[in-house]
Amino acid sequence: MIGLPGSLSSIRGRETLARAQALKRTWPVVMDLCIAAIGLACFYGVVRIAHYWLGQAEPAIVISLSPRALPLYAFYSVVRIGLAYAISLIFAVGYGYIAAHSRRLEPLMVAGLDICQSIPVLSFLPGVMLAMVALFPTRQVGVELGAILLIFTGEVWNMAFSFYSSIKSIPRELNEAATIYRFSRWQRLWQLELPYGAIGLVWNSMVSVAGGWFFLMACEMFVLGSRDFRLPGLGSYLQTAASNNDSRAIVWGLAVMIGIIVAIDQLIWRPAIAWSNKFKFEQVEGVAQSRSPLLHLLTHSGALHSLQRHTLAPISDKIYCSLAERRARRMVRTDGVAASATGNWLRWVIAAILIAGVVYLASQAVALLRAVTTPQFWAVMRGAGATFLRVNVSLAIAACWTIPVGVAIGFNPRLARIAQPLAQIAASVPATALFPIILLALIRVGGGMGIASILLMLIGTQWYILFNVIAGAMAIPSDLREVAQLFHFTTIQRWRTVILPGIFPFLITGMVTASGGAWNASIIAEYFHLNNQTLQTVGLGAQISSATDHGQFQLLLLATVVMALMVVTINRMVWRPLFRLSETRFKLEG
Amino acid sequence: MQTPIIRAEKVEKYYAQPSENRIQVIAPTDLEIVEGQIVALLGPSGSGKSTLLRMLTGLSVPSAGQVYWHEKPVATTDVNVSIVFQSFALFPWLSVLENVEAPLKARGMEQGERRRRSLAILDTVGLDGFQAAYPKELSGGMRQRVGFARALVVEPEVLFMDEPFSALDVLTAENLRSELLELWQKKTIPTKAIFLVTHNIEEAVLLADRIIVLGRNPGRIRTDFCVHLAQPRDRKGVAFSQLMDYIYKVLTQPEEQPPDLPQTLNGEDRPPRKYQMLPHARPGGLAGLLELLRDHGGRYDMSQLADDLLFEIDHLLPIVDAAQLLGFLNVNEGTAVITDAGREYADSEISRRRDLFREAATNRVLLLDQIVRAIEAKSDHTVSEDLFHDLLDEQFTEEETVLQLETAVSWGRYAQLFDFDASRRCFTRMEKRRSQAPSNTESVA
Repeated sequence: MIGLPGSLSSIRGRETLARAQALKRTWPVVMDLCIAAIGLACFYGVVRIAHYWLGQAEPAIVISLSPRALPLYAFYSVVRIGLAYAISLIFAVGYGYIAAHSRRLEPLMVAGLDICQSIPVLSFLPGVMLAMVALFPTRQVGVELGAILLIFTGEVWNMAFSFYSSIKSIPRELNEAATIYRFSRWQRLWQLELPYGAIGLVWNSMVSVAGGWFFLMACEMFVLGSRDFRLPGLGSYLQTAASNNDSRAIVWGLAVMIGIIVAIDQLIWRPAIAWSNKFKFEQVEGVAQSRSPLLHLLTHSGALHSLQRHTLAPISDKIYCSLAERRARRMVRTDGVAASATGNWLRWVIAAILIAGVVYLASQAVALLRAVTTPQFWAVMRGAGATFLRVNVSLAIAACWTIPVGVAIGFNPRLARIAQPLAQIAASVPATALFPIILLALIRVGGGMGIASILLMLIGTQWYILFNVIAGAMAIPSDLREVAQLFHFTTIQRWRTVILPGIFPFLITGMVTASGGAWNASIIAEYFHLNNQTLQTVGLGAQISSATDHGQFQLLLLATVVMALMVVTINRMVWRPLFRLSETRFKLEG
Repeated sequence: MQTPIIRAEKVEKYYAQPSENRIQVIAPTDLEIVEGQIVALLGPSGSGKSTLLRMLTGLSVPSAGQVYWHEKPVATTDVNVSIVFQSFALFPWLSVLENVEAPLKARGMEQGERRRRSLAILDTVGLDGFQAAYPKELSGGMRQRVGFARALVVEPEVLFMDEPFSALDVLTAENLRSELLELWQKKTIPTKAIFLVTHNIEEAVLLADRIIVLGRNPGRIRTDFCVHLAQPRDRKGVAFSQLMDYIYKVLTQPEEQPPDLPQTLNGEDRPPRKYQMLPHARPGGLAGLLELLRDHGGRYDMSQLADDLLFEIDHLLPIVDAAQLLGFLNVNEGTAVITDAGREYADSEISRRRDLFREAATNRVLLLDQIVRAIEAKSDHTVSEDLFHDLLDEQFTEEETVLQLETAVSWGRYAQLFDFDASRRCFTRMEKRRSQAPSNTESVA
């Protein structure tokens, strides 16, 4: 055995370094009881949901406005969000994995991500609902699945992109180490790719779920002509309360909603962020570590540990053993892959089927589009122009107040500590839930739908800009600000030379996200049912919603296509060059 | 003569260009690794030594030629090798024990046996007690020990190391080197051969039984010889210094092809000319080097220069190459000798130096001369960077082309040959700021 020089051997006994200390259990019985209680609660929840979903389909939902019904409605909403998130996560990991590893499919899948992120999700609501109800005509689960599917469509793309880009940015030497030590694809996924992408996935999950609430509320309020697809939940509760002018119910509904958001933040996101610190790819232990009592509970529970030791560990061992044996028989290297002839043949057949399917559907869509008349077409174009103006106006208004406020918060750490949690809560409340209430108030004051729609877009999307500006202001190195102070820069000079260029990359990121969110919001914002009357204004979103209402599917398709095209074009022509500018000229480090 | 464990036969690595040019990173090379040897692969950066290592281990496939493992092609056999990386390549979310166990897990070993072997190897490298620590908590030297433990736990037949000690401080590197030697000599590890890639000449001479020196552009073996000094080797000994001198000589051999004389751009039929590879040095360092030479009597032995300045060869060679390219010094037999032009440079003050630099650059560096002529030839006196990017692309890889252009920009700006507009990415004429004064008076820039 090699003896260490004297100075190092004194460290060997130091227990502060060894994690063995951290495994010392405190309060063992209490923790196990807590875990048991949580498990029991989850089990009851599952039983209850199953009972409801598999029950008879209710033709007309009656939303009770009594506060006693709120916990149940909140529970239903949370379950829908949770399921949609779980499905999104699994799909996103799968999609990102395939896109990163398949050289042939990669450009197609990444372009698909780009486009799917720009498509307005809510314009698919009628189609998806009708399809799901047709699948399960007599059971409640059809409508529920429709809502979940829609939320999934909105959430999955940015998580998929995050996982894909984190796989692509794994340092070369880690990849080489995995190859040279004969990691199987399974081991590589669990020991390299998922941990490396964990932090990105956690943060993107937070953003996705916030967006998911937005769509969920819209789904719960959904009425298609004479068919009522509303679901019992927080969204429909708030809408019914606003329709009946019941301010007590409104207050209760809002309180429960904020309570749920805060609870999810504390019980799920904070522990997740604290846990994801473990995967930070940095060389030195960071100074500020987020702590979470729930995480502590879960990691130090004896019951969970012994469960893992007796079930997961032996199973995982068996998997690795069989994978190693399979590898010994296969003998394939990563670069020179010897694909079997039958594998290739099968791949071609699948590709042919998929291409045939795509061509068929595309031709059907074109046939449908032919049914659009010329005045309808021009109406859609006019609407597109109007919505475009509205989106830009809302972006401009948002920028006007978020930039100064964001910079002030970012430069002042004390203010940041107070303001950030408040802003986070305000940002998490889905704008769609607030919309009936705001509309009601505006009508009383005498405003029109045009102003209301801009307001809704603002509420939904200004937070993206605010948070990004705060992050950008915090990222400006203090010596640049000191230079401005030292040479007595005037305010205008300070803004033009230091602040605006400094926050530019972050501002652009925020504005891109806000712009996409505003387009999506326009579908609800420009056309709304309230109190048995329909309020609408000229715009593309209104076109989509009214086409949905009147069952004019060709108009719906045209308007959706136009919106998707506009978003993608603006992305390419405006945002991408700005991004490039921010990467070259406005990047802070060399 | 024992059969070699790994044998590379005419392995070549090139990148095909769309213009049907090939950028050769490694010229066709033959290499053998036999049992019982520590082989060191030395070379300046850009000589393709890491690429060669990856081809030998089977991580990357050669563009041409074959690598054989016990006379079987390496792509179809399960080679038993390990690599120790420069940046340690540990998984930060796994503990030390889990990091070391990972290769055993990949081989399907069951848990008890895995744990036993990993703890034993951790003991061997001196990390007893740290098995539950995370890499974040360890120093650089300890992390590399974990890297070694992970590499050795699978009992590889050949141990490959890619600049394993260059990310560590001098003392820790020294420590680890001697421990590695001890493990090798006492046969504590069943490894049959070690292949070390490094740019540190002293390290190579200290450790290796056989040294291979690579040249660059394209990467090829310049020399391959055995070291017969007995261990432990004396750094101050005569034989040691002679070996180091010899290696310096090989590394600073002048390029075979002399630089071209400048000709007109829109010229007659000429065979395509080769651009000199601009060394990645900034002009500022030149003055310092030449002054040193001048004060040392005009001659300075290269290895002694590196020693006195505490420079790594990687940092010294580019500046020396740059000075040689511009004709300010010559290198003969591992000794740098200042030329008359260099002496004049060292003796002048700033603006005269600039003029001398400018003259030398235009006369000797094809790329700079071409840029100046192109700027003069155009009516608006601006030339896009893309033009030269395409020209250089045929000779260098994409990465190298970008570096060559950056170096050309910094030299051109220093010599006031031209200016570069970074936002428009084009070369422009230098603004005439100085008054037209006769050259023998000092003018303020």
